Amino acid sequence: MRRVVALPIAALALAGCTVPTFGAAPGVTTSSRSVFHLWQGFSIGAAIVGSLVVVLILWTVIFHRRQGDNIPEQTQYHIPLELTYVIVPIFMVIGLFAWTMVVENREVANPNTDVTINVNAFQWGWKFTYPGQNVVVIGQTTEDPEMVMPVDENVHINLTSSDVIHSFYVHDFNFSRLALPGVLNQFTFRAVNTGTYQSQCSEICGLYHTLMVFRVKVVTRSQYEAWLASRANAGVAQASRSATNQQTSSIVPTKPTKSKGDN
Amino acid sequence: MTDVLDPPIVAQPADHGQEHDGPTGILKWLTTTDHKIIGMSYTVTSVIMMVIGGAFAEIIRAQLTSPSNNLVSLAQYNELFTMHGSVMIYLFAGPFAFGGLANMIVPIQIGAPDMAFPRLNALSYWLYLTGSITMLSGFFVAGGAANFGWVAYAPLSNSINTPGAGADLWIGGLLLTGFSAIFTGVNLTATIFYLRAPGMTMFRMPIFTWNMLVTAILILLAFPVLTAGLIMLYCDRHFGTHIFSVQGGGVPVLWQHIFWFWGHPEVYILALPFFGVVTEIIPVFSRKPVFGYKGMIFATMTIGALSLGVWAHHMFTTGVVLLPFFSIMSFLIAVPTGIKFFNWIGTMWRGEIWLSTAMLMAIGFLFTFLVGGITGIYLASPPIDFFTHDTYFVVAHFHSIVMALVLGGMGGLYYWGPKITGYLLNETIGKIQFWFLFIGIQVFTLPMYLLGLRGMPRRVAGYPLHTSWEALNQLATVGAVLIGVSTVLFVVNIGYSWKKYPAGDNPWDGHTLEWFTTSPPPHHNFYRLPRIRSERPTWDYNHPDRPAKYHGHHDIQDGVPVV
Repeated sequence: MRRVVALPIAALALAGCTVPTFGAAPGVTTSSRSVFHLWQGFSIGAAIVGSLVVVLILWTVIFHRRQGDNIPEQTQYHIPLELTYVIVPIFMVIGLFAWTMVVENREVANPNTDVTINVNAFQWGWKFTYPGQNVVVIGQTTEDPEMVMPVDENVHINLTSSDVIHSFYVHDFNFSRLALPGVLNQFTFRAVNTGTYQSQCSEICGLYHTLMVFRVKVVTRSQYEAWLASRANAGVAQASRSATNQQTSSIVPTKPTKSKGDN
Repeated sequence: MTDVLDPPIVAQPADHGQEHDGPTGILKWLTTTDHKIIGMSYTVTSVIMMVIGGAFAEIIRAQLTSPSNNLVSLAQYNELFTMHGSVMIYLFAGPFAFGGLANMIVPIQIGAPDMAFPRLNALSYWLYLTGSITMLSGFFVAGGAANFGWVAYAPLSNSINTPGAGADLWIGGLLLTGFSAIFTGVNLTATIFYLRAPGMTMFRMPIFTWNMLVTAILILLAFPVLTAGLIMLYCDRHFGTHIFSVQGGGVPVLWQHIFWFWGHPEVYILALPFFGVVTEIIPVFSRKPVFGYKGMIFATMTIGALSLGVWAHHMFTTGVVLLPFFSIMSFLIAVPTGIKFFNWIGTMWRGEIWLSTAMLMAIGFLFTFLVGGITGIYLASPPIDFFTHDTYFVVAHFHSIVMALVLGGMGGLYYWGPKITGYLLNETIGKIQFWFLFIGIQVFTLPMYLLGLRGMPRRVAGYPLHTSWEALNQLATVGAVLIGVSTVLFVVNIGYSWKKYPAGDNPWDGHTLEWFTTSPPPHHNFYRLPRIRSERPTWDYNHPDRPAKYHGHHDIQDGVPVV
């Protein structure tokens, strides 16, 4: 059975994206893609083992139904069989673990940084600071803030929280990381596609957790520099003032009138 | 209405009538130390809690049927999902397993007259009941019930972010039910080690009792940690300590360590009893011994041991405890769980499978737990956890697990209920209930996996308009309604079958000691016992010519083949 599992995984490594997605998406960063391939590999293993178990259960339920008042053979032990399903799964999980570690080490590695963004989460919004650029973006629940970053560059995030625990969750990056008070969490993205990606806090953080959304906008280098220049003189700018008046928050429930202290 | 395959064995009371003239009616319920009555109280109370928690779930699911529903406010929504999780985990699943089923069944399975400490047992129940009422009373105070999620992460749970009394009642209720669990753990451990009948060696104990022993030991290791954490949290809230607050030099993540050091063993404290239940049901309704009996026990012990070293897999996304150790330990739990699966299949293999309601529930458990177990392997991998953590993928994963446990628990009620009450439940209604429950669970959980993979986070009361999430959420709600219908059918069945179908002593041709005594058992459970020479004393008594065999027809003595 080990060979049966190993073959599709090898095929997967060669064929890349011809394998089904199993519900997940490749995402738009370098590490989101390797995580996605890991997901596909796990799913192939899961499908094989899961189907085997389902077929065995259905087989016995269908074909070994009671026929009258018989007492079947009272078999209780079959040591070689039992050892097989102890040893084979051990090798399978060790294989999955090894692959996991390869992907994880790549994902949490700290390559050279091209751009640094300080992300601060608070109840209930986000503050994106671009050090050395005199650019700060703040957005609360009434307006989604936008984190602009350049494509094909290593963007280093310094993630902090001002109050409770939040989570910086960018679905299209296949990634989330908690923003913890008193802790500086650091990680690096390298986006490979431009676009705007809906994101939001995924850790319960109080009353307006539902509304703590933000967007990640990946742009080309020249667009990024133009955006920085347009923002640099504005100082502490309100989020997305010009472009997004119409799409404000994409979630409709009652907006808060005060940001804090009214719970 | 059931096929009684053998003439039932009637245990003859030494003298008929009440051997203990005590109070009757409500006074009896208030003063009893009989494990069967306490176990029944636990079962009824915890099923009521399941109905309450289920009602919260239905409101949550109704809120999510459209992206910007205003059925409940954001504040009410936070209270609802917090109390749904708290009620189901703290007040239903655990107490149902180790307070209800184990309390009723373990002493009878090992031939004991009662639990080792009957009065402590009564104290456990009353602490549990008062703790439950305390936690739920949060809804009646200003500011409402606790609203920080069932995990109460600091610093959201401190007095600045959650000032209301609802949070204090939550902590108080949890302390009380926590002590109730600890006392039950003490009681079960002592009972299983010291009150076994002559001949009932450790390796002749039924698997359910074995699983309850491991569960009880896990309770003793894990619950005191939670109790300590709750006291720290209370001190932070009211006595000016700064254990979890950054401002005073504390560490918020410490709460997560403490909580999950309890919380992950707790997952197995919930699961192992129900593993035990299906391991009782499957062999009886296949008319075969448990396949790989000893392997099953070692698998349970391995799960128990590993469960103490995996807590930080709940914290991969904190970024501060991203250790490979927690990943490989979590992966390894798949191995003993897989052993159990293949042993269950091996037990059914070439058996004479009788698809009673209890057996259907057990088979439904296998399918549902398979889904939850396999998705659990994904979550042991930190990179996959990064993008599924705190999304509906995780919600779907643990709902597959806990709903599998509900199937197992329902199977347990259909299987053992007749022993304790003396009456069977209606099988036709039971089977309809099963199909509603089983199909409901799949319709409820499977869309949530997709929702998580498409980026829907947990604990949100609304979601963006432009996505496919709405249809998936509505499907999940349909599933939740089907599950609700199954619960109603269960209550209907109890009413319909009330004292209608006398069970007899051994309606299922059972294997273990509880089927040797009367239904319901007398005050001290047994008037006489069979010779206990294997883990199936009642079977051996009824079918002396059909002992368990090693593959290849060798006899077995205490698990060792006689070649």
